[in-house]
Amino acid sequence: MTDGDTHPDDPTGSYQGAAPQREGGQSVGDVQTVAADGASASGLGSQEPVLVLEHASKSFGALRALQDVSLSLYAGEVQGLVGENGAGKSTLVKILAGAYRFESGHLFLDGEEKVFETTAQSRAAGIAIIFQEPLLFPDLSVAENIFMCRQPLRSGRRVDVRRMRREALALFESLGVTLSPDRLAEGLSIADQQLVEIVKAVAADARVMVMDEPTAALTATEVERLFKIVNMLRDKGTAVLFISHRMDEVFALCQRITVLRDGRLIVTKPMAEMDEASVIQAMVGRDLGTLFPERTASTGDVVLKVEHLTSLGAFTDISFEVRSGEIVALAGLAGAGRSEVVRSIFGIDRRDAGRVEVNGRELPSGVPSAAMEAGIGFVPEDRRQQGVLMNLSIERNIALPSLSQVAAHHLVPRGSEKRFAADWVSRLRLKYGRMNHPVATLSGGNQQKVVLAKWLARHPSLLIVDEPTHGIDIGTKAEVHRLLAELAAQGVAILMISSEMPEVLGMADRIVVLFEGRISGVFSREEVDQEVLMRAASGLANRAAS
Amino acid sequence: MSVATQAPGAQLPGDDKAQRSNWLVDLFVEYRSIGVLLVLVIVVVLTSIDNYRFVSVTSLQQLVSGAAIIALLGIGETLVMVTGNYDLTVGSVLGLSAYAVGDIFQHNQHFPIPLVFLIALGIGLACGIVNGAVVTMARVPSVVVTLGMLYVIRGIDAVWAGGNEVGAASLPGRFVEIGYGTIADVPYLALIAVVAVGIAALAVRTYRTPREFYATGSNPVAAELAGVPVRKRVFTAFVISGAIAGVAGALWLSYFATVDSTAGSGYEFLTLAAIVVGGVSVFGGSGSIIGAALGVLLVNTMDSALVVVKVSSSWDEAFQGALLLAAIVFNRFVTVRRTRELRTRNMSHVK
Repeated sequence: MTDGDTHPDDPTGSYQGAAPQREGGQSVGDVQTVAADGASASGLGSQEPVLVLEHASKSFGALRALQDVSLSLYAGEVQGLVGENGAGKSTLVKILAGAYRFESGHLFLDGEEKVFETTAQSRAAGIAIIFQEPLLFPDLSVAENIFMCRQPLRSGRRVDVRRMRREALALFESLGVTLSPDRLAEGLSIADQQLVEIVKAVAADARVMVMDEPTAALTATEVERLFKIVNMLRDKGTAVLFISHRMDEVFALCQRITVLRDGRLIVTKPMAEMDEASVIQAMVGRDLGTLFPERTASTGDVVLKVEHLTSLGAFTDISFEVRSGEIVALAGLAGAGRSEVVRSIFGIDRRDAGRVEVNGRELPSGVPSAAMEAGIGFVPEDRRQQGVLMNLSIERNIALPSLSQVAAHHLVPRGSEKRFAADWVSRLRLKYGRMNHPVATLSGGNQQKVVLAKWLARHPSLLIVDEPTHGIDIGTKAEVHRLLAELAAQGVAILMISSEMPEVLGMADRIVVLFEGRISGVFSREEVDQEVLMRAASGLANRAAS
Repeated sequence: MSVATQAPGAQLPGDDKAQRSNWLVDLFVEYRSIGVLLVLVIVVVLTSIDNYRFVSVTSLQQLVSGAAIIALLGIGETLVMVTGNYDLTVGSVLGLSAYAVGDIFQHNQHFPIPLVFLIALGIGLACGIVNGAVVTMARVPSVVVTLGMLYVIRGIDAVWAGGNEVGAASLPGRFVEIGYGTIADVPYLALIAVVAVGIAALAVRTYRTPREFYATGSNPVAAELAGVPVRKRVFTAFVISGAIAGVAGALWLSYFATVDSTAGSGYEFLTLAAIVVGGVSVFGGSGSIIGAALGVLLVNTMDSALVVVKVSSSWDEAFQGALLLAAIVFNRFVTVRRTRELRTRNMSHVK
């Protein structure tokens, strides 16, 4: 599928209009009274869309975040909006929220053109945005959070506290949840905060509700409850735009789906006409099969040797090796002790027992500088906190661990950092504005490349990467994978932690699985599949190391 | 965090469960005011054991009159602080207005007293408007802006007053009467402060605008989204604080009956420390007027108590500083406790 073929201007079908007739709470995707639709209003049946966005474009400098995107939302529908990171979803949400103004395009609400200059105007017009991290007043009661600026008044323009409380209770009741309107918003779980946001939107008579990855931080039960509420709102005639990375959710909840890629509208179709594979293909624009690079491992000498490594309370008796040119994955569930093991190897945490050898020389316990000296590079999981200095420039970040190489007599000559970093920036195909821009201006994937460059510049013999592709889009992911494969081919030993099974299976030569701080299985790439790995990670199988 | 923040959550009968657990949260929230009151009683009792004259009528009158002026400043400062800002000019505004009033009487002892108060109000308003305008328009942190303004206003005061001191002899008797007079042994000043605190405490619970002050300080981004005119509210808080400080300047002069260019110096710090002791959050969004007033009373009482138990007055500032730090640490402690409490309590239930 290419960008053009289902462009809104030549829709693949028409929207028949009627709100789907069904009972609330029923699983979605079965009834399809809704026929195909681009955003064109030409084929409308009985109903006008509540919200129409026509040919919206928005750029940030040279970056065209949104190009000619059209979208329509009908009362009583839940429309899924999907796309990779950087596809333009956030930009679209911010335009609807009134936080950004598009350069060209039109926005209609109930057929009337609107121009939002502030977020308050968008709210007043009946658009409510439910963010992944809701924005509440922690110091105020739940009832006040719901009614701020709209408190019911009694004589003398005084706030009618009792009525406010009563109405809040009734609103929660109507959504089938109980939450005390008296308690402070402080300390509410994310799910409950979203609930307050939703009730706030209902109280304000919002007709359009945009949910920006609402499920990212929710548990399964909370997601289920959210779905119930969303279905209820839909049945009451609210138009919902639902953004999620999780395909199963989109398929379970939405009647139509819109896919964005690189700021362009790729397709809007009824859910029934799409399946998971076709949605992913539309998002990625390429086959998933090419995601992991082909590689044939030619392993050399042992670079890292870990023997009986133990840290009380975290992990016990961990032994494994990583050879030159080999990628070893540390797999397991969150909390199995994977990050703790690599932190201990790198010397961030002290070890209680065991040995760590790099190229045949033992590392002292708890001395990261010795680990760096010995040729270990460490790309931590939490990129923002531990990986880069967000406010420093790209060149500074890359040169930082190599300052002794860059510096002359303890001084860092002007321009030396830039010269040093330039080579790596091009080798990693970093997408950036200028080398002296702060790292914070880069996308997540490109920030990760900076972290990689920073360590690669030291020519490590062992590179430890903790969740190297966490939170970065599929395209950049593939590049990170290519890079890791290239490094291995050059003889670097790589120890990778990953929670993504496909990544583990696609990249690793050997897989060490941890369960509750112990090794529960060691596998070679050929002998495992996802199921075997899951069993080991859950402590079900306990196969001998190979 | 206390009475005021809690107000619009006042309960109705019914919904037993919410009621019960809410009562516990309330206690936590009220904790600070109760604690302040408790410490106040302890200080008074202990000091009067050491010297019974501490609870004599004259001594108490002096104590509440002094506290009354700080309490007035505290009302304005609380309003500014719940919006997430600081007003460090309250002392200098008080000083400027006090000197202005003194200067007027120096030239014309028969100047109408109501007009004098209007002028004091005007001076305060002007200072508040400048503070509010610079903070909201230049979008500079208010600590920095008002610190600068503090010195500007002090500077104007110093140039105007020079080395001059206006003494009691220049002031009309009926003006000084305001500072010294009593009804049934209760000083006028104390009554004024009690009425002002009462009105402010009530207003803050009842009207939309002050609720929006709290919203602004609690989460400015959310406030903006909810439609709160954030900058307007911050501006208003500064103007109110300035106006109160202006009037307080006239009252200050009626009480002390003598003024030079240093009048009220250090009051900004005293006020701030006292209301933080009273539970006003240094991060904005929470704090009650009553709590702030109790804090002022406590700090003033401790000051007097130190004199009574013969601690050198050189220790005053060190002591106030330590009290402020203790209050901030204590507030933090309460917040952490309360947050933990709230995390486990009163979550939603799916029906």
